[in-house]
Amino acid sequence: MLIKLSGGTVYDPAAGIAGQQQDIYIGNGRIINPPADAKPDKEYDLKGKVVMSGAIDMHTHIGGGKGNIARTLLPEDHRQDPVASTHICRSGCGHAMPSTFVTGYRYAEMGYTAGFEPALLPINARQAHMEMGDIPILDKGGYVMLGSDDYLLRMLTAKKDQKAINDYVAWTIQSAKAIGIKVVNPGGINAFKFNQRKLDLDEQNSHYGVSPREILQVLATAVKEIGVSHPLHVHGCNLGVPGNMQTTLDTIQGIGGLPMHLTHIQFHSYGTEGDFKFSSGAAQIAEAVNKNKNITIDVGQILFGQTVTASGDSMRQHANHKHASPNKWVTMDIECDAGCGVVPFKYKDQNFVNALQWAIGLETFLLVDDPWRIFLTTDHPNGAPFTCYPHLIRLLMDKSFRNDMLATIHPEAQKMTTLASIDREYSLQEIAIMTRAGAAKLIGLKDRGGLSAGNWADITVYTDNPNREQMFEKPDYVFKDGELVVVDGKVVATKWGTTHTVKPDFDPSVEKGLKEYFDRYLTMKLGNFKISDEEITEDGRGSITVHPLKG
Amino acid sequence: MTEITEVPSPFCGIGTDDLSIQVDGVSLKVTANGCAVNTPLFEHAITDTRPRVDGKEASLEAAVAKAADLLKGTKLPVIGGCATDVNGMRGLLALADRCGAVVDNMNFVGARNNFLALQDSGWMNTTLAEVKNRCDLLLVVGTDLEAFAPRFFERYLWTEAMFLEDTSQRQVIYLGKAPSGVASTSPNGTKAHVLECATVDLPEVMAVLRALVKKQPIRAESVAGIAVADLQAIADQLKAAKYGVVTWAAGALAYSQAELTVQMLSEMVKDLNDQNVRCSGLPLAGKEGDQTANQVCGWTTGYPARTRFSRGYPEYDPFLNDTRELLASGEADTLVWVQAFNPVSVPPVTDLPTIVVGRSGMTFTKEPDVFIPVGTPGIDHAGHAYRMDNVVAIRLKKLRDSGLPSTADVLNAIERQCRLG
Ligand SMILES: [Zn+2]
Repeated sequence: MLIKLSGGTVYDPAAGIAGQQQDIYIGNGRIINPPADAKPDKEYDLKGKVVMSGAIDMHTHIGGGKGNIARTLLPEDHRQDPVASTHICRSGCGHAMPSTFVTGYRYAEMGYTAGFEPALLPINARQAHMEMGDIPILDKGGYVMLGSDDYLLRMLTAKKDQKAINDYVAWTIQSAKAIGIKVVNPGGINAFKFNQRKLDLDEQNSHYGVSPREILQVLATAVKEIGVSHPLHVHGCNLGVPGNMQTTLDTIQGIGGLPMHLTHIQFHSYGTEGDFKFSSGAAQIAEAVNKNKNITIDVGQILFGQTVTASGDSMRQHANHKHASPNKWVTMDIECDAGCGVVPFKYKDQNFVNALQWAIGLETFLLVDDPWRIFLTTDHPNGAPFTCYPHLIRLLMDKSFRNDMLATIHPEAQKMTTLASIDREYSLQEIAIMTRAGAAKLIGLKDRGGLSAGNWADITVYTDNPNREQMFEKPDYVFKDGELVVVDGKVVATKWGTTHTVKPDFDPSVEKGLKEYFDRYLTMKLGNFKISDEEITEDGRGSITVHPLKG
Repeated sequence: MTEITEVPSPFCGIGTDDLSIQVDGVSLKVTANGCAVNTPLFEHAITDTRPRVDGKEASLEAAVAKAADLLKGTKLPVIGGCATDVNGMRGLLALADRCGAVVDNMNFVGARNNFLALQDSGWMNTTLAEVKNRCDLLLVVGTDLEAFAPRFFERYLWTEAMFLEDTSQRQVIYLGKAPSGVASTSPNGTKAHVLECATVDLPEVMAVLRALVKKQPIRAESVAGIAVADLQAIADQLKAAKYGVVTWAAGALAYSQAELTVQMLSEMVKDLNDQNVRCSGLPLAGKEGDQTANQVCGWTTGYPARTRFSRGYPEYDPFLNDTRELLASGEADTLVWVQAFNPVSVPPVTDLPTIVVGRSGMTFTKEPDVFIPVGTPGIDHAGHAYRMDNVVAIRLKKLRDSGLPSTADVLNAIERQCRLG
């Protein structure tokens, strides 16, 4: 079937196109060059419409055990947002931590066609893939977590060379079917098991004598040397701690120019000034990001309302449990591999700290110059549910709306932010960079995130509307791999996306040491640990896409 | 004849994956690392290979068509058992969504003790590899651990650990029930410390223990036959431990409002962690797909596996959606029983139309309207099942070619029929 999208105004930063009127042709699921004898089977008149590729959420907690703990913990939240089945869609629940099917529908209904789970624990990767296997429409993938696993820390204590670490990292990516490497509170989750309650960048794990700085260094090096496109994905030390801005600046300096992605940086940009000893570090962080071209960030914007925080950072989540609202929370130590913490949160605009967190996130967005190195996230569901994205886009694109909102938050927080003095408004092209072309480039996705011929036809069509929230919450059309899945912001057909992975090489002898370790210390055989391709594809719905390595 | 090694078990819940199994046609023999729970369930012979409709052998197509017919006119079908693998649960939930059914896992009455505590206040838990490598003190509450999982001690305590020099020094304390055997006795001969009381007295005993952990004054000298001084000794040991673990089987706490006991011990674990001590909970479960049912229902609906779809969207109620209650009250009008693991676990007897998707070899007091024998995950087909600690899903292997369809095959076929008709 040949589909023609006629006369839309196209924003395709991957091809350097910013708001030009263009026709797009779709054949066999991909975007194709205009055929010589173009007789489309179906034509859509898109004159006056805005056309972008499908949006990509590069950091969203959509698969894995902590998300399911969050779901189980909050039946009262689900009851506020029941979702009935239709002749096309499965039933489920929405709001803070939606069910898998509803996750797929609601992302697609906002024009998203891919989401990446940033915290695949190696031992829990199987579950993450199974959950994501029940998310319709979206493509998905994950970054596998290392850095608090006892195997790596033992290697560091034993002074194993970088090559040995590279082999282990590459083996882990392949075993977990991941597309990148994440580190969460480097070494801190492990230190919590030895009853350490905090771990600064240069503080040593009491058992291993290894510091977060060393862990970041070897992992960032490994990611680069094994050729994985996505830079080391870092949830830094001291999440949420006033003054952690300095830790973040030191982390940027300490990585010595290696590619590094700092995630939900809003939670790591706090100073200690003012009467409440809590202030914005966004300006300093943005300056450091602007200066250091090896650094990319996503924001982890908070928005006001009920949500739930689900993180691998058991150490910091335990420290924050007194803020749980409602007052119930879970932490887990997990399999000499990692951990997790789930704490429900209600961000309030009349709470000084929450209000300033909101402003810090927005300051960060507006002070970082290069939209190719900053990404639009709420760290779903940690800062807010992903369904808030259209609202967030309006805050970025509409200064007067932003200032109206600013005028309603805690008055002391208003005094502590420079937000009112920032004139910048994001353009449609910049939004397209952050949520499409930039994200695809950052993750290393081939043939996604662009609209030139050869790309998969993941396409979103919006009606231009000065109210950007209304515009982005209800696309006219969404195509996934060339199939029309959403019309007027409602799912009209469903399908299954692919799982994006990379397969970096490793020396097979890496399994010798691993097998001995598994047999002696772990509770599963090495052969039973590795995830096979069939586990993702055998039900006939899933598929695996392997992306090229760098260089 | 072939031998398959490193076979994972979906039966015991503790994720043993070191069994060796000899396969001779369709008969299996556990040749290494079997136990009283796993061996009989692996070795159980296939007897039924053909579905039955009204007690007469029928083709799979005919049985599926009949099942769909029975479901089409219903107002409130109940899908009980829910003992299958991940793909089986996916099919089960799709069918429930389609026909507005209640989904109820057969172990939920026990599991409810945990869910109510979790959903009210949460917990701090750990997993088996952490127990194996870190635990220096294990407190077992109200549970005969070795009867629950015969190989628990061998695999996770009396074995090499990363962070303990001499694992035979680990301390084991039983509170409530005494152990039925000697599995908890250390290789160095030290017996577990046992403080016995009646199971129904555990709420009182746990309350006193938590109070002592919180340094609250206790006037009584004994509680339920246990000296308060002995409980104080446990509190002191928990505080002195490097990595204490408190374990219980929710189903073993078989008394009214046992969720409060789970909450009491979970809050005690939190109290310890707030006193700069590491301690974790370890709920025992994972039998016959119960964790699997709750996990898959969790991500599909947001709720554990006691959820109804009768209003078009999932509604969770840990009391009202109980299979037995719904049968007794007359609210249910059809029963679907799904049990791919255990041939002895048959549906409750009812006059309602009954469809059984079950393991080959079930014997019924009352022949169901439709019986479709299915393969067992981890024997007849590959699949996934959750271990007791809920984090680890094990990859189940196919061991033989029995020709039996999987639970997912059958439930998906019934769902398709319901959709078309
Ligand atoms: Zn995150």
